[in-house]
Amino acid sequence: MPVKVIIPTPLRQYAGKQDAIEIQATTVAEALAGLTTQYSDLRKHLFTEDGKLRNFVNVYLNDEDIRYLKKDQTPLHDNDVISIVPSIAGGSHLRCICS
Amino acid sequence: MATLTEAPVAQLSKDEILRYSRHLIMPEVGMDGQLKLKQAKVLCIGAGGLGSPLALYLAAAGVGTLGIVDFDVVDFTNLQRQVIHDTDDVGRPKLKSARETIGDINPNVEVIGYETRLTSENALEIFKDYDIVADGTDNFPTRYLVNDACVLLGKPNVYASIFRFEGQASVFYAKEGPCYRCLYPEPPPPGLVPSCAEGGVLGVLPGIMGSVQALETIKMILGNGRPLIGRLLLFDALNLKFRELKLHKNPDCPVCGKNPTIKQLIDYEQFCGIRGEELVESANVPEISPAEMKKWMDEQRPFVLVDVREPHEFQICSIPGSTLIPLGDVPKRMNELNSADEIVVHCRSGMRSAKAVELLMQAGFRKIHNLKGGVLAWSDQVDPSMPKY
Repeated sequence: MPVKVIIPTPLRQYAGKQDAIEIQATTVAEALAGLTTQYSDLRKHLFTEDGKLRNFVNVYLNDEDIRYLKKDQTPLHDNDVISIVPSIAGGSHLRCICS
Repeated sequence: MATLTEAPVAQLSKDEILRYSRHLIMPEVGMDGQLKLKQAKVLCIGAGGLGSPLALYLAAAGVGTLGIVDFDVVDFTNLQRQVIHDTDDVGRPKLKSARETIGDINPNVEVIGYETRLTSENALEIFKDYDIVADGTDNFPTRYLVNDACVLLGKPNVYASIFRFEGQASVFYAKEGPCYRCLYPEPPPPGLVPSCAEGGVLGVLPGIMGSVQALETIKMILGNGRPLIGRLLLFDALNLKFRELKLHKNPDCPVCGKNPTIKQLIDYEQFCGIRGEELVESANVPEISPAEMKKWMDEQRPFVLVDVREPHEFQICSIPGSTLIPLGDVPKRMNELNSADEIVVHCRSGMRSAKAVELLMQAGFRKIHNLKGGVLAWSDQVDPSMPKY
């Protein structure tokens, strides 16, 4: 079924500069797998090497954290909205690992 | 009529009553609320992008005691968003500048300044006298430090964070809801923190998010309305969209969960993996100093100069004769380079170009050098007419 995945600003550069991507999937895991197959650069930003969702990235189905639903096995319905919400710390580049 | 004598009107002067009249005539604030504001003590961490509107509005609203922690000095790049500082303040401590601006707006506010870096050693001592802490920091170690200190002391932490044109805000109050660690147990490793190639921030954005922090702080003081506890506000400035997500208290949270493992403040730089990483970044690649490269140019020694910044940075300034190949394009465009040529790679300050040199060395390039300190060092040491950003 068609769902929308909202891509946060810091990750847009790895997702063809898009702010949202339509994808066909029946679970959250399928949606994220589909997304990272389409945009392989996203993978290392979302998942650890052993395939676990990174600790500073949260995934929401509509307004609910999937950690409090059925995690990546949470089933999807037509027109659900998945949000990827990474931690951000910004304002000045005092501290960013930057060039 | 007896209640009239009990009303604490005497605590606001005639001038204050006039000043706060638009609060006083609203039942949601009124005299009781205004006195609560006057008695409140709020600590602002940082007098920067978020801290500016936050401190300005809290002062204007009549918060009696404002603590500000900041050890930074105002520079020109701050003025695009840090509206508590003036052009004349460039080069002065942010604390001094903020104190003066607040004094101009509302002389009734007592400002307590802490011109120091917030550390695990001083945080609890500084926080303990305040009712509410508002976090306007821009880095992960301080963010986790503020969170943990607030949890340990049982104080609300009014949080906001910004990136480019996107903001987040919440109120983390472990007594009544989740803390920052419930949301994000760990920070990103430094290698995955966006570099300044992807950094920057729209100046108005911290104005909006810092104002949200001021609003939530005032609501908490008044005890009125529904605070942002257990909710994460997401703001997308480009599409002008506010969204709200639910936050849950994590029963396994290491600091506010049922069996906490963090019972005192820890080493947050180590926790965030900051130490070590910076050393690794620049140590491994061959470097050339700006003066040495200038000598090569003057001697007309042939070499290829590659600029790995982004096109919009190239528009700001560039070293004459350089070829633009943004870092992200280096893998697919390295065939444009000849490994027989002497090559110098540069960026803004030398980190991205170190990565590019590493990539090229892996591909077999040997006559390759990283311009130490990038465009910034070039401007400082060779060509002062080169703009810095």
